[in-house]
Amino acid sequence: MINSYLPVLVILLVSAFIGLAIIVLSTVLARRNPTPVKLMPYECGMDPIGGARRRFSVRFFVMGMLFIVFDIELIFLFPWTTVYDKLHFFGFVEMLVFVLILLVGLVYVWKKGALEWE
Amino acid sequence: MIELVWLIPVFPFIGFLINGLFGRNFPEKVIGWIGALSVGASFVVALGIFLELLGMPAAQRSVQKIVFTWILSGDLNVPIGFLVDPLSMVMLLVVTGVGCLIHIYSIGYMHGELGFRRFFAYLNLFVFNMLILVAANNFLLMFVGWEGVGLCSYLLIGYYYEKQSAADAGKKAFVVNRVGDFGFLIGMFLIFVTFGSLNYLDVFPAAQEKLTQGGLMVTLITLLLFVGATGKSAQIPLYTWLPDAMEGPTPVSALIHAATMVTAGVYMVSRCSVFYAMAPVSMTTVAVIGGATALFAATMGITQFDIKRVLAYSTISQLGYMFMACGVGAFASGIFHLMTHAFFKALLFLSAGSVMHAMSGELDMRKMGALSKKIPITCTVYWFGTLAIAGIVPFAGFFSKDEILFFALVRNPAFWVLGAVAAVMTSFYMFRSLYMTFYGESRVDHETAHHVHESPPLMTVPLMVLAALSLVGGFVGVPIFEGWHRFGDFLAPVFAPAKAILEHGHHAEHHSVTMEVVLMAVSVGIAVLGWLFARWMYVTNPSASDKAVEKFGSVHTLVYNKYWMDEIYDALFVNSIVNFSKLLWKYFDEGIIDAIVNGVGSVTRGIGELLRWLQTGLVKDYAYSILLGVLVVIGYLVLK
Amino acid sequence: MIPIPEVNLGGILPALVLCLAGLVVMMLGLFIRRGAVATAAVVSIAGVLIAAAANTPLRMMDKQAFAGLINLDAYTWFFNLLILISAGLTVLTSVRYLTDDGLDMYEYFVLLLFASAGMMFMVSANHLLIVFVGLETLSIAIYVLVGILPSSKKSKEAALKYLLLGAFSSAVFLYGAALLYGSAGSLGFPELAKYFKAGQISRMAYVGMGMVLVGFAFKVAAVPFHMWTPDVYEGAPAPLTGFMSVGVKAAAFAAFVRVFFQSMLPAQMNWIEIIWLLAALTMVLGNLAAIVQDNIKRMLAYSSIAHAGYLLIGMVAGKEAGPAGMLYYLLAYTFTNLGAFGVVALVGRKGEANVMIDDYRGLAKTNPFLALAMSIFLFSLAGIPPTAGFVGKFTIFSAAINAGYIWLVVIGVLTSAASVFYYFRVVMKMYMEVPETQPAELQFSPAMLLALGIALVGVLYIGVFPTNYLNLAALSVKPLF
Repeated sequence: MINSYLPVLVILLVSAFIGLAIIVLSTVLARRNPTPVKLMPYECGMDPIGGARRRFSVRFFVMGMLFIVFDIELIFLFPWTTVYDKLHFFGFVEMLVFVLILLVGLVYVWKKGALEWE
Repeated sequence: MIELVWLIPVFPFIGFLINGLFGRNFPEKVIGWIGALSVGASFVVALGIFLELLGMPAAQRSVQKIVFTWILSGDLNVPIGFLVDPLSMVMLLVVTGVGCLIHIYSIGYMHGELGFRRFFAYLNLFVFNMLILVAANNFLLMFVGWEGVGLCSYLLIGYYYEKQSAADAGKKAFVVNRVGDFGFLIGMFLIFVTFGSLNYLDVFPAAQEKLTQGGLMVTLITLLLFVGATGKSAQIPLYTWLPDAMEGPTPVSALIHAATMVTAGVYMVSRCSVFYAMAPVSMTTVAVIGGATALFAATMGITQFDIKRVLAYSTISQLGYMFMACGVGAFASGIFHLMTHAFFKALLFLSAGSVMHAMSGELDMRKMGALSKKIPITCTVYWFGTLAIAGIVPFAGFFSKDEILFFALVRNPAFWVLGAVAAVMTSFYMFRSLYMTFYGESRVDHETAHHVHESPPLMTVPLMVLAALSLVGGFVGVPIFEGWHRFGDFLAPVFAPAKAILEHGHHAEHHSVTMEVVLMAVSVGIAVLGWLFARWMYVTNPSASDKAVEKFGSVHTLVYNKYWMDEIYDALFVNSIVNFSKLLWKYFDEGIIDAIVNGVGSVTRGIGELLRWLQTGLVKDYAYSILLGVLVVIGYLVLK
Repeated sequence: MIPIPEVNLGGILPALVLCLAGLVVMMLGLFIRRGAVATAAVVSIAGVLIAAAANTPLRMMDKQAFAGLINLDAYTWFFNLLILISAGLTVLTSVRYLTDDGLDMYEYFVLLLFASAGMMFMVSANHLLIVFVGLETLSIAIYVLVGILPSSKKSKEAALKYLLLGAFSSAVFLYGAALLYGSAGSLGFPELAKYFKAGQISRMAYVGMGMVLVGFAFKVAAVPFHMWTPDVYEGAPAPLTGFMSVGVKAAAFAAFVRVFFQSMLPAQMNWIEIIWLLAALTMVLGNLAAIVQDNIKRMLAYSSIAHAGYLLIGMVAGKEAGPAGMLYYLLAYTFTNLGAFGVVALVGRKGEANVMIDDYRGLAKTNPFLALAMSIFLFSLAGIPPTAGFVGKFTIFSAAINAGYIWLVVIGVLTSAASVFYYFRVVMKMYMEVPETQPAELQFSPAMLLALGIALVGVLYIGVFPTNYLNLAALSVKPLF
């Protein structure tokens, strides 16, 4: 039972290694010229320090949400492509329905103007 | 004819629908007569069924008529059905008969009132529900009628809803009644659990088989049902709503709060006579509560100056008599008194209404006096009513009250003493009201005196009919002579099972005729005593009453203020419930739960801070409450 | 070849129809310039009716579909129908709301239909994950709906509160499900049932069960997981509040009962006392807190908490009679509460300016039929015959008495006696008081009248002739046992 989780452990180790390697390498190799703006954590283009009770632009969030929605669509499409030939027509129709539903969402979002920046 | 029993409640319902839905543009007369005739039609049908019932052999006078099945689910089978037997027959006749007379009277009395149509619609709806209550063949349907009459009573007490006191009185009546209903409901559930049915004909014959004599279950059932009865029939401790109910129009007081609805409790107890017979503890409770109420309410009647309130306390007191009768096992006598009481109390209320009518709405007897010449018919019928309730031979009240006192004595002399003392007081306060209203010096103010006039025939004719009934109504139950007590004989089959249980083990005691006669003489003597005392105090020697008040100052204040029962109830129950729920809302819901979770460190914060919390509405506090719940649930499951 | 599990689209057709109707409304709304709301309402109603037609075959079925994830049985049928009734009536009572500010909020119907579809998955689930997916579909749609009124700050506040607490409770639920999975190795109800029946129940499974219980208790608004209810009910648009109090509650109860009776019955000894306590607390607190409310929406919110308490009695009573009583009760409650909230929406007028109990003063004078209808709804809530509410209480109470829970019934009867007080306060205001200022005329719409009429007939009809419906309820719980 525990053996089947071995690949997961390997993946964890590998990704941790890569992540660390990038950080270490960039600190070692890169030229550093810090400014306050550069040192600020990045969060959707807004100032992350200060009171939480103020207005901020939601545009980033809308974009972010839409991105995630279509991202997930894509993630669902990947495994589907690998077994597409085995699922035959049924699989095709299923995916078509799925894409169509998302398409309706896209049309709605587009028409409502959520894709416009201004 | 018996097949048509369903018509009896249907007629008033049709009347209600016509007046309620379409009556908007009808003239008063039409509305009034639709109301009266619909009840009259029911009376005619009831009379027809009664005659048919008389033609049947006594043993078979119990016919069930099922109209349709209402609830059929698993074990529960509740039909919409009616049971015609001598007991329900008496009730049907009284409700439709007296109801019809009061409807006719109301046409005159309510003339020109705002909401005339509403009044008649409600009144018809009331009669419908009352008929359902008494004619039902099962507990659940009885409960439907029971709730229905409560609702109508509420609506009609609050008829003058612009008056805050009337609206409050309506609400009070409803809420107090709900306390009683709770007992009824639980009792009904227990009956269902025990018998698997709610139909009278399934339940009562099986009583001895399914319940043990004097057992816990039957005692519980009967006591719970009696709680319901105390609510509806205004007995200690749930009587406080009835005097306030006088805020309603007088015909309502006569019909609902004297003749019919308030007697529903007596009817219910009699209906369950078999159960009560099997539960001696409950029997004693009923008798004690009844006797105590009879006496207690009578004392309050003595001190009141509002003529309708006097009658209201007298009603409570008379209902107490009926319960005492049931409690000592004389169910038939209780129902007998119920019937005669319906006659004379309706009469008294309606005459009081007639006096009000003459006096431009004045109710205070201190502002009346010497009206006998000006409104002679009203005065005469009031005499009839007073003589009847005081129990003077040969008026109706004499026969029924005497019978109750007789059985009380047989059972336990203490009950007889209670009843007898109450009887003196009854006689006293009734004659007091009679003399204060119609005799002595006129204390009517000038303005009103000008307008004093006799009521129209629409009002006086029903009064006269009721007066006649109050005079002769008792002769259906003449004691001593074998076979002369037709009323008792008629009802006998209904109460035979209960009687058999009660007499089981004891051989039927034989009472000497001499004793009965002596008792009669005593009770008439008692009544006359009260009468003479009232006469001495209010006619011969008018200053005596003030002196008496002075002499018994503190006692009088206590009784006059109705022993402060309302205030005590308010303080004990009403306020505490309201405060308790406020407490729960403020402190438990928004305070304690939040406070516990914020607990640590909160001690240091001030009270001002605490008050701020009470209004939180903060999501985090809500979340804490959920968290707390989760912890408790998990803790319970893990530790168990 | 990958094995494709048995697909039975016919079984979930009602939900599919609702989804499709939702998509159609969404597209139509975009391209219609005027009267989008009216069109959306018509399409939604059509969708509801078609879904109801598609639902009928379920009554006769008793099987699983989609590899045992979905139950197709009479129980599903009953609740689908209940959901469709409440969705349909809500559509009818909502129409006017969405055009008030000159906005065409046709999205409201889209979300309503999606929420209903989510509920259907919830009630038909045979697997805790499906319950969860249905629950989330429903919840997300409702979060948005609560905050849909663009001009109302209260509505926004309510939506955010509901979202936060809802997410919290969902997390608890999911955590519980995970623990159950850890113990039983599956989340399918039959597998869970097998695990619980085997007798060796781990502590972890109990904790999981408790957390799942809390998740449901939150959705049905049982004390002490009820605190969101008054705030959210007050802030949400009145017709939606009605929908939440009947539709959402019914779906949550359906899944609650299904999960606990179908898969955790052997552990009944352990959960029944918790539910007993929840029921008692809920009845007492809900009713007493309702007494002191001045806002009718808050009052009805506490009243709906109290009704959750009565329904929980049915769960405690168990056997078949308890859940059957709950089904009937929910049916009765659906008509009653939707009717009551319809009246609240109507009397509230534009922007819900009149939602205090005092605003009902003198309603009997100006609108006698409306006052009568409201009185009947309130009678039914109070459980006074001959309304449906009475029969509902009666069946649940008698089931509990039969099961021996007399004290719980005593609490139930006592608190429902107390509830008369606050219900009648409204009746009294309507019939016995006069308003201080002359309120604006009410604007009746045909849709609203139709909805109130249906609700009224429903309350009275199933109250006076309950036999068939009681039998239906009894029949519908059969598949659980």
